[in-house]
Amino acid sequence: MAKLVTDVVCPFCGTLCDDLEVGVSDDGTKILEVYNACAIGAEKFLHSQAKDRVTRPRMKQEDGSWKEISYDEAVEYTATTLAAARKPLMYGWSSTNCEAQAIGTEIGEMVGAVMDNTATVCHGTTLIAVQDVGVPSCTLGEILNRADRIVFWGCNPAHAHPRHMSRYSIFPRGFFTGKGAKGRKMVVVDPRVTDTAKTADIHLQVEQGRDYELLTALRVAFKGEWLPDTVAGIPKKTIYEVADIMKSGRFGIIFFGMGVTQSLSKNHNIDQAICVTRDLNEYTKWNIMPMRGHYNVTGSGEVWGWLHGFPFALDLSRGFARYNPGDTTSNDLLVRDEVDAVFVIGSDPGAHFPNSSVKKIWDLPSICIDPHLTPTTAVCKLHVPVAFVGVETGGCAYRMDNVPIECRKVVDPPEGMLTDLEFLERVTARVRELKGA
Amino acid sequence: MPKIKLNLITGRTIQQGVSMEGGKEKPAYTAACGIIELDPEDFKKLGVYRNTNVRVTSEYGSVVVKAVDATQGPHPGLGWIPMGPWANMVVNPNTYSTGMPTFKGTPVEVEEAKGEPIWDSLTLVTKACRGEL
Repeated sequence: MAKLVTDVVCPFCGTLCDDLEVGVSDDGTKILEVYNACAIGAEKFLHSQAKDRVTRPRMKQEDGSWKEISYDEAVEYTATTLAAARKPLMYGWSSTNCEAQAIGTEIGEMVGAVMDNTATVCHGTTLIAVQDVGVPSCTLGEILNRADRIVFWGCNPAHAHPRHMSRYSIFPRGFFTGKGAKGRKMVVVDPRVTDTAKTADIHLQVEQGRDYELLTALRVAFKGEWLPDTVAGIPKKTIYEVADIMKSGRFGIIFFGMGVTQSLSKNHNIDQAICVTRDLNEYTKWNIMPMRGHYNVTGSGEVWGWLHGFPFALDLSRGFARYNPGDTTSNDLLVRDEVDAVFVIGSDPGAHFPNSSVKKIWDLPSICIDPHLTPTTAVCKLHVPVAFVGVETGGCAYRMDNVPIECRKVVDPPEGMLTDLEFLERVTARVRELKGA
Repeated sequence: MPKIKLNLITGRTIQQGVSMEGGKEKPAYTAACGIIELDPEDFKKLGVYRNTNVRVTSEYGSVVVKAVDATQGPHPGLGWIPMGPWANMVVNPNTYSTGMPTFKGTPVEVEEAKGEPIWDSLTLVTKACRGEL
């Protein structure tokens, strides 16, 4: 008979589902089953049990092979590399807890690092737009209980946030949304007929990269002004129809994703989407929310926000906090050869940065803290495997609506393995000695 | 040999997410992400069978992936490679002073790649860094 651990928080996406149940063996060492999670979340819990998992740090040798080393040696290499660097890049921070992010920032302060999180390739442009024009937002609980108009713009929650629609946005019955999906109008804007679009009331198959035009057209349509026959591949009749649907709701929300943040107009798309929301508040109540990817990318923005005032691209190399996207962002720094060491934690730039940036990591002294084997571990000089946050250790994480949720520990990590926090604490102590700080 | 021009976009699929959490060194990750989803119309223009290896080339790089039918189409003229190292061989890395590479909307050319292998993620990235591709 297995034990059941209830109210487990899923450490995969920004939806941060907190209703998982995990069956563990009687001695509490093995995960047997995961209930309520989506396919991705369940795989994350189950993969932590893999027999072939790397459990000790590994150093890359001259011939490309790997040699197992102790955590002490790994701490020494990490601390000396960071302390010796003139301007190291400390990237990632999104798949770890806020406690580790805070202590990591202390290292960054001591060594004069540039700190950047995965928002740089995800919702960084959103953060720029929010600083430009503000953001009218709400929590996911309010959406569950109140929202009757839902727009998914350039995002595909059926694939990327698999339980978002069933837990918060489309299907659940809330306090003022007793009819569930029947009482909600759902609009999806996407150049592909995505699985999310297939469940929508209206799908606007926008021409790829023309979101800015369509957003401005909606603002024109709210006012009933003239529009050309088609905008971004959408007939004007449909645009007026969607504008009426949006205006007629009691409580609306625009969720948006990589379709707008990564297309050419980038932050200007989001500027415009926020202005659409602001315009709609002339008629009824509307909100807008980014669909954050990693489960704690929001948290790293929060931690740096309260420590240094900036949510990403935080440059501490001059002894004070600077922020200038395009200058202090990871990809720009790497391709311009402006950093001389790379430290990666809780992220995989090897797989998710353009190859021109990955090649630069390959050439530099580099450290990767990650429980998995990834393309980043393959290009870094040192790989330090750690315990899975949210599975083998707890800690605080922030949901996509900025609500902090305490993750739970379900099982112990393999014997002798450190957590992110323990490893970073040891590196901090050593860097402090080296720097005499 | 016909070549077709497409507009390439990338992003998450659930298979990408599951196989990523299952281990990026495993064949399932290559099967989920080392692909390009093409519209049936574009398959006709290219004149290849489904599940053929194709070479995708942009101004920024080149990669061999498997051409499969679009699962979330129709989207003629649009190619889809799930986010991952294969897509990142060809995407536009320019950030235009925003910090964000232009992952969506890269003009690419697609052609048949007879006998060329699809590397797994770790090998692909290592070979690219060594300049062996």
